[in-house]
Amino acid sequence: MRPTLILIGLLMPLTAASLLIGAAGIGMTGLFSDPHMALIMTVSRLPRTLAVILTGAALAVAGVVMQQMVRNRFVEPGTTGTAESAALGLLAVTLIAPEAPIWIKMVVASLAAMAGTALFLQLIRRLPPREFLLVPVVGLILSGVLGAVVTFIGWQTDLLQLISIWLMTGEFSGVIAGRYELLWLAAGAAALAWFAADQFSILSLGRETTTGLGLNPDAVMRLGLVVVSVVTALVIVTVGMIPFVGLVVPNIVARRMGDNLRRTLPVTAAGGATLVLACDILGRLVRFPYEVPVGTILGVVGSAIFLWLLYREPSGG
Amino acid sequence: MICVEGVSHSIGKTEILHDISVEIPKGKVTALVGPNGAGKSTLLSLIGRLMPLQSGRISVDGADTVQTPSRDLARLMAILSQTNTLGSRLRVRELVAFGRWPHHQGRPTAEDVQQVNDALVALDLIALGDRFLEALSGGQRQRAFIAMALAQGADWLLLDEPLAALDMAFARRIMAQLVTLRAAGRSVVVVVHDINHAAVWADHIVAMKAGRIAAEGPPQAVCTSKVLGDIYGMDLRVTEIDGKPLVLHHL
Amino acid sequence: MDRRLTALTGALVVACAAYLFWGLGPRWQFILGLRAPKLAGMLLVGAAIAVATMVFQTLCRNRVLTPQIMGFDALYILMQTALVAGLGVGGYAGLSLSAKFGIEVVFMTLAALMLFGTLLGRGTQDIARLVLTGVIFGVMFRSFSGFLARIIDPNAFAVVQAASFASFTAIEPALLPVTGALCIGTIGVALWMAPRLDVLALGQPIAVSLGLAHDRLVIVALIMVAVLVSVATALVGPIAFFGLLVSGLAHELTGSARHARLLPMAILVGCLMLVIGQTLFERFLGLQSTLSVVIEFAGGVFFLWLLLKGRMR
Repeated sequence: MRPTLILIGLLMPLTAASLLIGAAGIGMTGLFSDPHMALIMTVSRLPRTLAVILTGAALAVAGVVMQQMVRNRFVEPGTTGTAESAALGLLAVTLIAPEAPIWIKMVVASLAAMAGTALFLQLIRRLPPREFLLVPVVGLILSGVLGAVVTFIGWQTDLLQLISIWLMTGEFSGVIAGRYELLWLAAGAAALAWFAADQFSILSLGRETTTGLGLNPDAVMRLGLVVVSVVTALVIVTVGMIPFVGLVVPNIVARRMGDNLRRTLPVTAAGGATLVLACDILGRLVRFPYEVPVGTILGVVGSAIFLWLLYREPSGG
Repeated sequence: MICVEGVSHSIGKTEILHDISVEIPKGKVTALVGPNGAGKSTLLSLIGRLMPLQSGRISVDGADTVQTPSRDLARLMAILSQTNTLGSRLRVRELVAFGRWPHHQGRPTAEDVQQVNDALVALDLIALGDRFLEALSGGQRQRAFIAMALAQGADWLLLDEPLAALDMAFARRIMAQLVTLRAAGRSVVVVVHDINHAAVWADHIVAMKAGRIAAEGPPQAVCTSKVLGDIYGMDLRVTEIDGKPLVLHHL
Repeated sequence: MDRRLTALTGALVVACAAYLFWGLGPRWQFILGLRAPKLAGMLLVGAAIAVATMVFQTLCRNRVLTPQIMGFDALYILMQTALVAGLGVGGYAGLSLSAKFGIEVVFMTLAALMLFGTLLGRGTQDIARLVLTGVIFGVMFRSFSGFLARIIDPNAFAVVQAASFASFTAIEPALLPVTGALCIGTIGVALWMAPRLDVLALGQPIAVSLGLAHDRLVIVALIMVAVLVSVATALVGPIAFFGLLVSGLAHELTGSARHARLLPMAILVGCLMLVIGQTLFERFLGLQSTLSVVIEFAGGVFFLWLLLKGRMR
């Protein structure tokens, strides 16, 4: 229980800080007397803080589910073609039906993400089993291929700007009330993973063991596919991809607490929320009053943490 | 003669070798034996300058392994290490031909081709010469690597567990081959897993335990139930067949 | 096998001629003046990436890696951004192209040696960790470039953004003499070292046992890779999977492990693909500046196919 306490101890002050920090100054005292401040709080700060927490938690959970499905610690939705497929779907809707309501965009992006992730799962099934290093490599290359398609279309249609936000530099500066609520759905999908936590834990023991324990491995796989794809697609539709959350947080948690998801998933979610929130606040402060996207900050911070993880132990992993 | 003086070696905080001093005689087949983790491979790698020397001094026929240019050492000794994974797709003959590299640096002569052929014959690899290494069994691949070390034509041959993955027939053949090399004036240092290969074929045995030299001498002196029992921490019976000690460690 | 080399050389000459002279029209002098530097740039990039990838794969003893996958080009972009950060936008613009390029290559080489020299030097067995390190470095450098750019000037981010997509049409003619000299020199050294690279490919224990100055050769090879990647990235921007496509095809076409054969084959394949691709794009499809994306796509697909066919071992 100790990690949970530490995380909550971190998350509370960070949340408070996130509510107070921004281009427009907000004071504790003015909040209740000044209607303008109250408006900023309810329309901008609170939604933004919630969006950050939901995104961080959902992405971390999606990461750990992906890792259990593939039985490899070095993958996350951003490195297995999931994010690129979602972007491809989103791009298609944007081009074909620009006026479509956001839920249509979301559904199409989710379906595309599922298709891309399913393709990845099919590909790695054909790899020799002991080549565990090839799994992340195949994922990265599939991401690259799909990314090339997205870039090509984006180039031809002058949508590159949008695409780079979707795929790499997610940011929360545009989040206001009414434009982030889809993220609650992402959190819902992550919660679904918690209810099926034991199934994912068993799945990571291998197909034979899963079947032996009376579970249908393909059904668990499909459930995982839905969780990962929906979370990724929703995050991309609302704020853009944020790298490394799904990779770094589950790795740290697994190192400290093992892989019993029933026990670790809440910690993973809280860890993801804390990390993204800390990075978002950092991004707001570094070049005040301008903002550095949280995706960029996490690219630097997350990769540093990951390298530290990779080299802290002699070998293996 | 290979002279090892005051060599210690650590990896991280773990000390693998503790102040080792030993002399390995020239013109003989010397076997390095000992339990897992005794430091045999580390010692052999240090002699073969595959790892940087941390302390002490090692010389091969008077040539200091730190001071002497690597290319000169390559003509003095050939070392075959335990892990041999290749990055390139090579045919057997191509791999063995690389053994001649120290002599021709990329421009093989007729003499080099002849030496390669001799090595292939010695390990019965002629028929496999044009096969890719990845298409061979573990034992066949092991033979190809031994052939390569052989083709190097150095005075000293250092082999780290060359018998791993070999069947009985080839294991005996390799050991016999090493004895033939000695007759031709070469010296061999070989790490062996099965103590009986050392007992039967070696002229000299160096036994290690926990990073120290535990015993050394001719097989008759080292292969006794007392000495080996201490080193391996188990009860052993040693018998004698045709004048050679034979350790009955399976019983 | 030599017949294949000859045939490819012939094909390359024809392709170059077609690119230069097809549909010249009355203002031929002007058009030719535009096309020639572009062609030269493509040939340089094709050859540079081909050799850099081959040498790098030999260093890592692994055919699924390229310097780009290991974050080399991201490192180059970071260098460039850092230079802007260090000198300020005015100072940066004031530098002559060759001075700028020179500084970048030197820094890049030093950084590459620091990062990868220690990883590769001791014949690292743990390839998985090596690959991941490289990939992560790539993301880190890219993010850090974006971060630096925003710190310098929140609006200058677009400049870095533009630099992270490759384009074959934007080859800067003024860079050609410097990059050309560096590139041809380095490739010459690589060809001259071909027999030693063959030995290097056997791994550290065998290479040392055969008397090769292993560690020194690793450093030299890393420098060559750094220089060639700098050249290619400076000319057209980052391209990740093109090298894989080239090295994969070169291996398929030669069926040999000898660098004396592999390197020329890779160079020919690389140049030929770029020239033919660009000709098709410019003259027939009427598309601009997106060849790199298509090559990325083709390279990635080809690589996945190789991987699944089990040809990577």
